[in-house]
Amino acid sequence: MSRSKQTLAALFAGTLFGFGLSVAQMIDPAKVINFLDFAGTWDPSLAFVMAGGLIVNAIFTPFILKRGKPLLAEYFRLPTKTEIDKRIVIGGVLFGIGWGLAGYCPGPMITSLSFADSDILTVLGAFVVGTFVARWVLAHRSA
Amino acid sequence: MTIVNFTPLPALLGGALIGLAAAFLLYAKGRVAGISGIAGGVIYPESKDDIGWRLIFVVGLVLGGFIYQLIGLGAGVDHIQAVVSKPMLILGGLLVGIGTQIGTGCTSGHGICGLARRSPRSLVATLCFMASAIVTVYVTRHLIGAS
Repeated sequence: MSRSKQTLAALFAGTLFGFGLSVAQMIDPAKVINFLDFAGTWDPSLAFVMAGGLIVNAIFTPFILKRGKPLLAEYFRLPTKTEIDKRIVIGGVLFGIGWGLAGYCPGPMITSLSFADSDILTVLGAFVVGTFVARWVLAHRSA
Repeated sequence: MTIVNFTPLPALLGGALIGLAAAFLLYAKGRVAGISGIAGGVIYPESKDDIGWRLIFVVGLVLGGFIYQLIGLGAGVDHIQAVVSKPMLILGGLLVGIGTQIGTGCTSGHGICGLARRSPRSLVATLCFMASAIVTVYVTRHLIGAS
């Protein structure tokens, strides 16, 4: 399978994703924090972003998986774990605190580099550091 | 509660594009479009030959933002800015990085892709981060007024 086709596919998917985040206005942390603010100025828009993404993806996914293998790769690489462990709960809660504090989840944070200012570089830099440290610790924990 | 700035149509359309992008990545490369996982493999790679497509995908995320502005849809983008102080951005960014790596996913990987596959793990993760984000905003905005 050609390497350049794979590169093109990744570029197309990333670009469409970033464009979608922009159209949805998820790149605006004021909207994100208002979405999370049920007790104050609530902006329900983000529920529609999630619903739109989830519905479209949920319609296509079973048909895609039924094909047996992806177009440009040997097999589907899906998460195999099914148990509900402490990690998924603790990680989810920590991520939510960070999301609520800053108003950025990873996708919009990266897409916002298209109009980066010092605030966006700050939150993205902190995300990179947090990600690196967590992955380093997780990789060396059992070794 | 007051409802503000409600934009259901762009939200639904943008969401649908995100869903299409995720479906396309699965169809073409057999990969889950979880941004924290894809970016994590660039920031701290597990294997060398698995970095390329991740980096390209991340570049695409930024490119998508550029295209949105180039074709004139970005009117108002210059008004978009962070709404909290730098220390809050640092703390928030760190926790987003740490939390998504411990919990193996974020809004996209668990919320859009995992739920589409009806993964119970992703459901638990999504409920956890939604709940803790809502509580966090309640505390910072209404209890201590720190945001």
